[in-house]
Amino acid sequence: MTALRVLVTRDIRIALRQLSDSLMVIVFFVIAAALFPFGVGPDPDLLARIAPGILWVTALLAAMLSFDRLFENDYADGTLELLVVSPVPLWIVVLAKVIAHWLTTGFPLLLASPVIGIMVNLEPNGYGILLGTMALGTAIISLIGALGAALSLGSRRSGVLLSLLVIPLVIPVLIFGAGAIQGAIGGFAISGQLMLMGGILLICLVLCPWACAAALRSAVE
Amino acid sequence: MPQLHPRGPTVLVSSDFFQPYTFSPERHYIGNAGSLLWPSVEKPLAFSLHRVPGRDIPATMDGFRGQDLACIRSERIVFEGLDFAVAPGAALVLTGANGSGKTSLLRIMAGIARPAAGALLWQGRPVGDDPEAFFGDIHYLGHRDAIKAALTLRENLAFHAALRTTTGSVDAALDRFGLAALADMPARLLSAGQTRRLALARLLASSAPLWLLDEPTIALDRASVEAVMDAIIAHRASGGIVIASTNVPLGMDGAVALDVSAFSPVQGALWGVEESGSGSAGSEPR
Repeated sequence: MTALRVLVTRDIRIALRQLSDSLMVIVFFVIAAALFPFGVGPDPDLLARIAPGILWVTALLAAMLSFDRLFENDYADGTLELLVVSPVPLWIVVLAKVIAHWLTTGFPLLLASPVIGIMVNLEPNGYGILLGTMALGTAIISLIGALGAALSLGSRRSGVLLSLLVIPLVIPVLIFGAGAIQGAIGGFAISGQLMLMGGILLICLVLCPWACAAALRSAVE
Repeated sequence: MPQLHPRGPTVLVSSDFFQPYTFSPERHYIGNAGSLLWPSVEKPLAFSLHRVPGRDIPATMDGFRGQDLACIRSERIVFEGLDFAVAPGAALVLTGANGSGKTSLLRIMAGIARPAAGALLWQGRPVGDDPEAFFGDIHYLGHRDAIKAALTLRENLAFHAALRTTTGSVDAALDRFGLAALADMPARLLSAGQTRRLALARLLASSAPLWLLDEPTIALDRASVEAVMDAIIAHRASGGIVIASTNVPLGMDGAVALDVSAFSPVQGALWGVEESGSGSAGSEPR
């Protein structure tokens, strides 16, 4: 669809010209994960045991840094008003922004996660499933985060409000994501966790753009 | 004055919160605010032209009109009972004191905000019947220019033009407002006036019959104001409609003026009191 492509291209182009915003998320991810060996001690066995949790918690917190500017810039300069009254349905606009957000934030996190895995001594048989759950999980986080960003748009201290809205909603992703990696390392079946994450992704894909569009309309009004 | 409860006992998230955006009068006529607050000003639903005496336009006309529009902000009525009608090729200039609701009215016309009461009709059909078709027929220019600083001038225009199905030339639009030489510069290097010109160029980069302009000439130099007026004349000559709010005379030929402050229920006492007395300028109590 032309409109979707145009919107995604624009957001990616802006993100590439303001690369520091996207890089900040990845740098935060690396630094936050690097703190754990200092905090819990450099015992390889202990790190290997908590590695899936470290990876998922730090990836989630890093992604949270990126949501405050998802709609904020467009809202501040008046572009959002024009997108609301453009002939393109608003849920397509939202979907495009989520796709662009995933490509500029979720995908780099996905690429960085094996590197962090090495840092926190993740078991070798966990890397495949790490990438798989990250791919599903970052997409879910992008969708739910967009909803939080739209709902908190225009409020003062929206960053704090956003975290309060989004973090409780992504706890299932954390549980199933980290659980699937633990399971894969322990040699258990993990199709249940992956299917649940896939289910959550599908539900979010249907509901979030629609709810986001309603929230954006009420934000610009 | 009675206590205003324009939203009555409705809950914080009303039942229509998640519904698609529509403008149907039944849905947006909030409670019976009209009869509750102003029992003496109940209006017949018949279409009337308050500000345009002697210009009787038949009910099936093409063009854009609003019936009995009301705007409520922070539980205060900004204006109510506002009717307007603009035929193809005509222009409507919204005047009124600061805070009288010119921008609010334009935002209601554009579909960004919902009217507290009343209906909008575009070419004889309620706007809510097909909002996306209506949005394809309008260009809205707000206070904010909606220019992305990181993109070049051409990219800024091409983006908005690409969201529309109508044709137009980005380069011709840039040329028209004297920005052709800067087309590949990032928009962050532009001055305030140049940014405004770029926002105005959006009107020409894709065609739409209805232009809603909020203070179009703000920050512009004399030559640019003339370019805007030329564009408006050409647009009207091809059957387009221009609705513009302004505080300075624009000098549009045959434009009808609509003083929004005349529709405020309590003159000079509700909205814009911060502007130290300007709230009652140029309007008399109804």
